[in-house]
Amino acid sequence: MAITREEVLHVAKLAQLALTEEEIAQLTDELGKILEAVSVVAELDLADVPPTPHPLDLVNVWDEDTPRASLLLEDVLANAPEVEDGFFRVPAWRQ
Amino acid sequence: MAAVIDTLRLTAEGAKDLLKRGELTGAELRAAYLDAIAERDGELHCFLRTADSDGDGVPIALKDVISTKGVETTAGSRILDGYVPVFDATVAARVKAAGLGLLGKTNTDEFAMGSSTENSAYGPSRNPWDPARVPGGSGGGSAAAVTAGLAPWALGSDTGGSIKQPSALCGNVGLRPTYGSVSRYGVVAFASSLDQVGPVAKTVRDVALLYSIIAGRDPLDSTTAELPEAVRLPEGDSLAGVRVGVPTELNEAEGIEPGVREAVQRAIEFAEELGAEVGECSLPRSVRYGMPCYYLIAPAEASSNLARYDGVRFGKRAEGASYQEMVDRTRDEGFGPEPKRRIMLGTYALSSGYYDAFYGQAQKVRTLIIEEHREALERFDVLVSPTSPTVAFKIGERAADPLAMYASDLLTIPSCLAGLPGLSIPCGLSAGLPVGLQLIGPQFGENLLFSVGHALEQALGFDIVPERWR
Repeated sequence: MAITREEVLHVAKLAQLALTEEEIAQLTDELGKILEAVSVVAELDLADVPPTPHPLDLVNVWDEDTPRASLLLEDVLANAPEVEDGFFRVPAWRQ
Repeated sequence: MAAVIDTLRLTAEGAKDLLKRGELTGAELRAAYLDAIAERDGELHCFLRTADSDGDGVPIALKDVISTKGVETTAGSRILDGYVPVFDATVAARVKAAGLGLLGKTNTDEFAMGSSTENSAYGPSRNPWDPARVPGGSGGGSAAAVTAGLAPWALGSDTGGSIKQPSALCGNVGLRPTYGSVSRYGVVAFASSLDQVGPVAKTVRDVALLYSIIAGRDPLDSTTAELPEAVRLPEGDSLAGVRVGVPTELNEAEGIEPGVREAVQRAIEFAEELGAEVGECSLPRSVRYGMPCYYLIAPAEASSNLARYDGVRFGKRAEGASYQEMVDRTRDEGFGPEPKRRIMLGTYALSSGYYDAFYGQAQKVRTLIIEEHREALERFDVLVSPTSPTVAFKIGERAADPLAMYASDLLTIPSCLAGLPGLSIPCGLSAGLPVGLQLIGPQFGENLLFSVGHALEQALGFDIVPERWR
């Protein structure tokens, strides 16, 4: 199952990856091969089979609503590349 | 002066006894492991960094996907270079509370994506049996550290085989616990419906002991459950009455090396001699569709989990004239080839027009795999197979071909998708390299795996010290 260069560019945009030309060429080739390998799941007729989102039989886990201390602001910001006045600072949104 | 400590042979349980009897202090024990690291880790590169610690119990190494307060945690990725967590993962807090001082953080394939540690942005680890070969992955650093006597025990994380496969290739014992039995709070997320943290050690008893420290419900992880019974350290040497199933497809899959098959066959014969009732069973769809199903579900979930690395709140940031350019460049420069491949694959599988055919279909295949395992485990108490189709392969041998690397996890993936616990124990050598036996049990069947694994371990008498160091 081939994937086109245009599809790779579209997916890279969705995935927020500024791929280089070299990466685009390599991923077009590799993703095509991987998609071909995983596409065998399509040969099964599973119309009546329910999906499994995760394997543990747990639904609606309840806990007491007990207040507890959260992280300090300085800890929350400690690993940020850039901060200002207690906020994360980022470049301006694209015009 | 305390007696010389042979860290290659000392088990965690043995170390605990020495501490209890006062024959050794925690500081002396720790120093012995740091000495071993200084002596052997230059060659093996198991550790990304060592850590200062004041625990006075048996020390431990943690895979670098586990957040450790005040100790850099990179998940093997450049995008987290310099990231210092401000809180402990629950498993890190639990081992700390039990007095297990942190020796250091171990190498891993980037974001735990890989089967050899060659995808680590910080360079590969090497197999203690033969440093020209991989230790397996993604938890190759933890597994190699235990075999090389650089840590008495360690924690890894397993999504499709990242604990069991490295243990098999390094010749030690690794447990991938039942999904939901160990907290993932503070563990760098890869694929959340599959990720589990688990122990690596020299013996089944050590693995059981470490599992008892980390397992059980955590209010900070709503996907955890209380264990239905307390962890028991295994003791007996009989397998009388234990029904051992041998799934044909897992034992005769294409690509299983003859030497691996022979060692596993011999272990199965031992099981029979110990009184087990051995019979064949079948997991046809789990083996045929397991890997394709996994390589849709895991990348899809990874593409979502790795969206958080955007250069805003933590980690690396690249320059960009606008917010979007900064994010896109940060991610392209920060992620290595394997995470990018999986983010792209997962984003594609979740994208409009493809969701039902890929991710949705894979979730249904997962239901079939769960049912097939359930049926097999109604007839048998445990299922056995090789853990890895091959012994440790050479560094570089599979690095250029993603599909060849993915095949390393052919035999571990199906039970991971089913959420079942799996234990790998060493069962012999093939061409001078360790072979792992995989034991799969029912959900929360860890105690059964421990008792079967322990009995077989005694009968097999595998010498876990690599031949070149004996």
